[in-house]
Amino acid sequence: MEIAVCVKRVPMVGGKIVVTADGQDVDTRMSGFTVSPHEECAVEEAVRLVEAHGGGVTVLTLGPPAAADQLRDMLSLGASRAVLLETDGREWGPIATADAIVAEVTGATADPAAPASPDSSAAPASPDSSAAPASPDSSAAPASPDSSAAPAPHLPYDLLLFGNEAADTGDYQVPVRVAHALGLPCVTGIKNLEVTDAGARAKREYRGTEEVFDIPLPAVVSVKEGINLPRYPSLPGRLRAKRATIETRAPQWRADGLTKTGLRVPAGESKRVQILGNGADAVPALVALLEEVGVLS
Amino acid sequence: MTVLCLIEQADGGAVADVSLRALTFARTLGGGVAAAVFGDVAAAGPAVGDYGVGDAYAVEVGGYAPQAWARALSELAAEVSATAVVAAGTDHGSEVMAHLGAITGLPMAANCVSARRGADGTLELVRQRWAGSLLEDAVLDATPALLTVAVDAVAPAPADAPVATAVHAFAPVLDDADLLVRASESAERSAGVSLATARVVVGGGRGVGGPDGFAVLEELAGLLGGVVGVSRVVTSEGWRPHKQQVGQTGTRISPELYLACGISGAIQHMAGCQSAKHIVAVNTDPDAPIISRADYAVIGDLNQVLPALVEALRARSA
Repeated sequence: MEIAVCVKRVPMVGGKIVVTADGQDVDTRMSGFTVSPHEECAVEEAVRLVEAHGGGVTVLTLGPPAAADQLRDMLSLGASRAVLLETDGREWGPIATADAIVAEVTGATADPAAPASPDSSAAPASPDSSAAPASPDSSAAPASPDSSAAPAPHLPYDLLLFGNEAADTGDYQVPVRVAHALGLPCVTGIKNLEVTDAGARAKREYRGTEEVFDIPLPAVVSVKEGINLPRYPSLPGRLRAKRATIETRAPQWRADGLTKTGLRVPAGESKRVQILGNGADAVPALVALLEEVGVLS
Repeated sequence: MTVLCLIEQADGGAVADVSLRALTFARTLGGGVAAAVFGDVAAAGPAVGDYGVGDAYAVEVGGYAPQAWARALSELAAEVSATAVVAAGTDHGSEVMAHLGAITGLPMAANCVSARRGADGTLELVRQRWAGSLLEDAVLDATPALLTVAVDAVAPAPADAPVATAVHAFAPVLDDADLLVRASESAERSAGVSLATARVVVGGGRGVGGPDGFAVLEELAGLLGGVVGVSRVVTSEGWRPHKQQVGQTGTRISPELYLACGISGAIQHMAGCQSAKHIVAVNTDPDAPIISRADYAVIGDLNQVLPALVEALRARSA
């Protein structure tokens, strides 16, 4: 099966977020970058599915030229192909991001040939799927407004995987917008994914129980951390990633009606920590505190 | 001027606390508040009246189907000429509102903490990024405004005077694609105290040292009637399962007491425990970020502090 996974480059923040002097961005001078945790699990899930069923994993990101670093990280985990939708560093909203992803996965911005796959029998989007009536029309539909009633464009993937939400902006909507533009079924927040004869069975937690979704493929699935434990890159994986060619596109930015005017760190309650003591000597004070807050019977 | 609010219901049909918060937020947008109820409208009735809902729409689509719910909301929004559609920023709320954004082609602002109507009719929003560790000021120029409300941002507050809610049945026009994705709930219910609702959480981080170091945390949690929670490094090292992870990409907790042991306090972790009433940190490093975010701290090695604490609690109950 052919799988595309969308990832996002985000700052690797630790104990503190610092905003730049102009109040528009997170100050990243002292931090590295990574991909959002949910998305690292999405790549791991895709690699596992391809190991089990054959096919290939294409990893996509929309970001500045330096986001190629994150694509190489994902290649080192086992993705076979990487595409950078290059921006000029401006922040893209979810609507523009979804448009760019739709254009890429339907081949509107690239060579229309399906990605190279070692398994030549890997089926592209099923043309007779009732969920996604595919058409040979490869022109990209805009991700909005809703075009689920229109024939879906040709899609050379069986599965589009995302993280449930990006670690930084947390917009919770790019996968859903992509699914609508392509006329595909979409499930989000998935913690367990199984490919079946009929399509896929996806599960997630919901208030102490489990919700189960049976969906046909192709489909859009967003996953959450915990669906798997991502592997560490192997040395051969790292070497392959270093040599790999990263395909680059140049999508067009556009505004979408929600405009950031600034970022700020919330003014926390000015907590003043009370030190109870050092080491085991602090235990009597600790027991007294537990009594005071009412957690001892 | 109507704000349409998606209602989520707890087991038994009572309006979920997160939706009471969303209703409280919805009232700040001005105009009347209408509610969309996909479950048992009778069970939701009294609470929505207390929270100022003039009209409640009972929508029957047969269980949770996110695209169908969004389609129904889009039709209801048109019917009531909604200026805004609001839902709690939960798994269901976020998912349905994302579908509504896609159906309408409108922007959707996730995890808002406040909103104010500007002079030009746009909405001036404050929304969470990094699960609340950062705030974004933004302007939303779209009608209806599609918003989710951060689950920890607004305290639930009933309206000044309760409203008599008129209940209407609403039958949305759906097609097969809207109903293609539909949840079936497994009967399995996880046993024991859940991390999300535990009254006491004993947290362990890198300082625990390895998978074998958690026995004393488990023992302490047992003595306090609580559960063990862990930081992300613990799960990514494979020491403990992900379901025990507290934080932005794990579980959000709101216990009476969070005893964080050997946890440095990365923002992603603090985002998951900031609703704890009392945070007590046990850490060898007095400069660790968690010390400045805690109410109380013990400076020391958890491997000395926790066994002594367990011993003291045992002696106390003996």
